[in-house]
Amino acid sequence: MTYVITGSCIKDDSCIEVCPVDCIHPKPGAPDFETAEQLYIDPEVCIDCDACVEACPVDAIYPDFETPVKHDYALDLNAEFFVERSTAERTAA
Amino acid sequence: MTAPMRPRVAIVGAGPAGAFAASCLLRARGDAEIDLFERLPTPWGLLRGGVAPDHQEIKRLEDTFDRQTLGRGCRFLGNVEVGRDISHAELMEHYAAVIYATGAQTDKSLGIPGEDLPGSWAATEFVAWYNGHPDYRGLEFDLSAERAVVIGNGNVAADVTRILTLSAPELERTDVADHALEALRESRIREVVVLGRRGPAQAAFTSAELRELGRLDGVDLRVEPDDVQLDPVSRAWLAGEGTFTARKNVQLLREFAARPARPDARRRIVLRFLRSPVEIRGSGVVGAVDVRANEIVRGEDGSLRARTLDGGVETIECGLVLRSVGYRAVPLPDVPFDERHFVLPNDRGRVLGRDGETLPGVYAVGWIKRGPTGILGTNKRDAEETVSRVAEDLGAGALAPPHKPCREQLDALLAERRPDLVGVDGWRAIDRREREDGRRAERPRVKLASRDELLAAAAG
Repeated sequence: MTYVITGSCIKDDSCIEVCPVDCIHPKPGAPDFETAEQLYIDPEVCIDCDACVEACPVDAIYPDFETPVKHDYALDLNAEFFVERSTAERTAA
Repeated sequence: MTAPMRPRVAIVGAGPAGAFAASCLLRARGDAEIDLFERLPTPWGLLRGGVAPDHQEIKRLEDTFDRQTLGRGCRFLGNVEVGRDISHAELMEHYAAVIYATGAQTDKSLGIPGEDLPGSWAATEFVAWYNGHPDYRGLEFDLSAERAVVIGNGNVAADVTRILTLSAPELERTDVADHALEALRESRIREVVVLGRRGPAQAAFTSAELRELGRLDGVDLRVEPDDVQLDPVSRAWLAGEGTFTARKNVQLLREFAARPARPDARRRIVLRFLRSPVEIRGSGVVGAVDVRANEIVRGEDGSLRARTLDGGVETIECGLVLRSVGYRAVPLPDVPFDERHFVLPNDRGRVLGRDGETLPGVYAVGWIKRGPTGILGTNKRDAEETVSRVAEDLGAGALAPPHKPCREQLDALLAERRPDLVGVDGWRAIDRREREDGRRAERPRVKLASRDELLAAAAG
């Protein structure tokens, strides 16, 4: 499983500060940080530890199996962000 | 020997930027005595008065603000207007540092004829009205025509469009102000046309807001297939520099354009792109918006702009226009103001005087510092930057101790000027009352939306 961030995210980066495996991006300072509308969790790296859920001040993060219907797009969206990002990085390299 | 004096800091404006600054300063300087000044009897600024009532999850941030500021000894001085009840010079007599966090309190104008006709409003006025801002309670929006036009493609445009199309039962579950709920229940608006100056690839909506517009219950979202055909300039931009959000938006808009029409829908939203309003017309009140088609061109600085084409004018009949093309800050009395960028001139938060020298002890944070950009969390990093300057200056002894360094001296002045000041206890009483009324009505809260009601509740 993985945790997913939904569109309620306000990018206050509390989750980034507590994530033990650094799986939440983009991070402040990254080139795509300012234009990102929200933060995303990399499902390939997330270890389901729950720390980000506790830290999020607007309850924008859910485990994938408990994501409310109105945010059912979020699992794919989070994964897709990292697929695009790694493609962009490979292209740039 | 006397104990070293705790630095006293005033933050002017208790919106998200002020709250993040207070929280951050308490972490950086645990000994700071912080007073949070606010013009309204209630704190948290646009979190209470801007964030849409159907986005309650975002409003939960107020609990964090409360815990990290008021819960840790920061004082709330509500119903006090700096510049009217207490001057900048007086603040400087009482505090080692003053941080302005006053935001951007007015809207940008379109600069087209008819903009000021009755029935043409800044979207921010509509937002303040439905969110129960006490200064906007008396506004009367005519919702009797079948069509409304929203000008702009950002998240405020998306918010007002949703509020105009949600059903009464949906609105009743929110903390929309009662006067607005009553008016919206009687609304005869069937269609909301949203005009974007630029194309689908440049729309400033977040994909989350756009997706939400497409999922409203009983609302048909219409996008013309022709409108989502990207021009070559936009196509090249999207493939190269385009953001993840822009690509998502275009993808969503194509999905919307492919949907069959739903004539049985309760209400309809029509998203139009590459259209600029050129005139708002009507005899005495708004009757129509004239628009012209645009094309996307690349400006000299590389940015993508809309350029109006020579073709004909299209007339969209409507009875309500909400203009949503951005916020703008207003100058503060006795503090320098950059009239070109509508901010306090500053270096990473230190406010600069006319000669470009820093004004010792004066700082800015949030929209009054950087302009009206970013989302809620942007203010946290912005606050960290400003607070680092404050902490540096305090640590270096660069700030002269104030002439009147005791809290009691300030309190005596305020007691004289604002006997109806609302402190932390007063705000907590308002909050309790609104939430209790909300519990009875099965709503998140029932807002007290006039100054009199708020002050009465604060007085317990």
